[in-house]
Amino acid sequence: MNEILVTEHLHKEYEGMTVLEDINLTVKKGEVVVIVGPSGCGKSTFLRCLNGLETIQDGRVLLDNEVINPGRKNLTKVREKIGMVFQSYELFPHKTILQNVTLAPIKVQKRDKAEAQKEALALLARIGLEGKKDSYPRQLSGGQKQRVAIVRALMMHPEILLFDEVTAALDPEMVREVLEVILALAKEGRTMVIVTHEMAFARAVADRIIFLDGGQIIEEAAPDAFFTHPQTGRAKKFLESFSYEKK
Amino acid sequence: MDINVLLEYLPLYGEAFLLTLRIGWLGILLSFFIGVACAFILYFRIPILRTIVKAYIELFRNTPLLVQLFFLYFGLPKLGFHISALSCGVLGLGLLGGSYMTEALRSGLEAVEPMQIQSALALSMNKRQIFAHIILPQAIASSMPPILANVIFLLKETSVFSAISLMDLMFTAKDLIGLYYKTTECLFLLVVFYILMLLPVSVLGSILEKKVRYAGFGE
Amino acid sequence: MNTLLQQFGFDVLFKGTNMLRLLGGLGVALKISILSVSISIVLGILLGILMTLGNPLINAIARVYLEIVRFMPQMVLLFLVYFGATKAFGLNLSAQTASIAVFSFWGTAEMADLVRGSLNSISRLQYETAQALGLNRAQTYLYVLIPQMVRRLLPLSINLVTRMIKTTSLVMMIGIVEVLKVGQQIIEANRKASPNAAFGVFATVFFLYFIVCFPISMLSGYLEKRWENKG
Repeated sequence: MNEILVTEHLHKEYEGMTVLEDINLTVKKGEVVVIVGPSGCGKSTFLRCLNGLETIQDGRVLLDNEVINPGRKNLTKVREKIGMVFQSYELFPHKTILQNVTLAPIKVQKRDKAEAQKEALALLARIGLEGKKDSYPRQLSGGQKQRVAIVRALMMHPEILLFDEVTAALDPEMVREVLEVILALAKEGRTMVIVTHEMAFARAVADRIIFLDGGQIIEEAAPDAFFTHPQTGRAKKFLESFSYEKK
Repeated sequence: MDINVLLEYLPLYGEAFLLTLRIGWLGILLSFFIGVACAFILYFRIPILRTIVKAYIELFRNTPLLVQLFFLYFGLPKLGFHISALSCGVLGLGLLGGSYMTEALRSGLEAVEPMQIQSALALSMNKRQIFAHIILPQAIASSMPPILANVIFLLKETSVFSAISLMDLMFTAKDLIGLYYKTTECLFLLVVFYILMLLPVSVLGSILEKKVRYAGFGE
Repeated sequence: MNTLLQQFGFDVLFKGTNMLRLLGGLGVALKISILSVSISIVLGILLGILMTLGNPLINAIARVYLEIVRFMPQMVLLFLVYFGATKAFGLNLSAQTASIAVFSFWGTAEMADLVRGSLNSISRLQYETAQALGLNRAQTYLYVLIPQMVRRLLPLSINLVTRMIKTTSLVMMIGIVEVLKVGQQIIEANRKASPNAAFGVFATVFFLYFIVCFPISMLSGYLEKRWENKG
């Protein structure tokens, strides 16, 4: 009964090509689901279907038993419950850090400005960036920007967080600072769906691993099981691509 | 150069300067409104209006202002639309400038990254909020340089108004040269007043541009 | 049909050689444009290259020159040269020479700025990469640098051509009998017989300029889009 997000027979086509095929997934409250798979397997597209940024051709996505469907009136209401963090941060370049994280709470949720700012400052302090509140995004490093983007998503008090390859655009030395924030959120018991290429991180943070290839779920397993004993040839091959051997 | 002649002509030039400036700024204001309206229509792909706007832009970008003014001032009255030389100047400049402003604003709107809109959607903002808080401020910032270039271009274009017998700077210069042959003084004052008209815009423009840029862009 | 033509003042165009005269007037304007454009392209490319050499004296002079052109309306320049040259140097320039001189002066500055921009837009790394691949200097320019410059420069300079054609309409203000002036003469001569000629004639002039400039603008836009997509 404590299922937050459910997809049923989700089917997605793009220009006549099947991108996602019969995806059935259930995310329970407090669970961290990590989706891995080769480039172009449809994992980012799947994430974007979850909050209605992409249309789907068949099946359905349910959040708290409510159907998410692009074009429906309730979409903005449903999206309030889903936070999303993008690979390219997508902070608003014309707004300061504080404005970035409080814009939606004030304009969309009509929250009190002072109260929203107070919460924002507390969250920024937690990631060590309260000193940057009046800076503009371009004055921050990539890792700092991504941490702010996470705070921006948290400010909406979402029930579930989606992370779309949030470290893929970062310089290697900045990856850790972002992943540690996400790990901390996992410890708090947040519900999250994470798409990532960082295998060590995936293993550490996940309650469950989904392996996606060719638009289908190929394997679904606990992290240790998946990384030590992958069941399918495709998963084995995928995991091998991360290790180097001198032949 | 005779300083007395300069002083004698100064008030005449001053008057012409104010007239030129008035038509210029009214025309630029009009062109900005036309530009905003048309850029809106193009950006949101409003059917029919979009086709009309496109035709208008091509027509006015591919003909000289002088020809447009002759048509508006001498041609249109034959169909019963009478307008004063002053309104004609404002209208002509506004229509010409509108076609350039539309392009500037449209490209600014389209320069806003689609991912910015997606991230605003993910924050559950609605269309109106996204346009007002995310798209418009970024679009205006990135169209600022071409808009300022257009303002300078349009102020320079005011120099053809004498053709529809508006007593602007060119008219005054030509008139005085024809009457008294004080060519040097007349041309000197002409140049001085045009610099007076354009220099503040240019200086203000580069300050404004820097400010807008600092506020968000140049990553 | 005839009354309709008359009502909108298009009838005068079919009288005698009026339409031919109008086209002749357009020819005068185009001749001035073509000459000025040719001069501007040659001198502009030369100046543009000079400006990228980094000589402070050349850059300072070029800077002043470009600023003058940026600030002074072409109409003012036309007056300065046409009326001023006679006075200052005792030169008796014909209106046509004066206008070609002015438009070339203006066009050269614009062209030089475009050339400089397109030269500077190519990163130093492209040059170094080509050298690292073992291309010699000539090959580097021929296969790597010049094709990139042309792709940037060509659409913009074609656009400059339409601007110069439009600007040529100003020459009537210093007494050259071009298409607008011929139009005025035709209207004047037919004042009694065709009182509405002003509409028909000026609409035609408007249209004539459009059919000259529109295809050129289209070409410029097409090239820009095509080359932009291919990176």
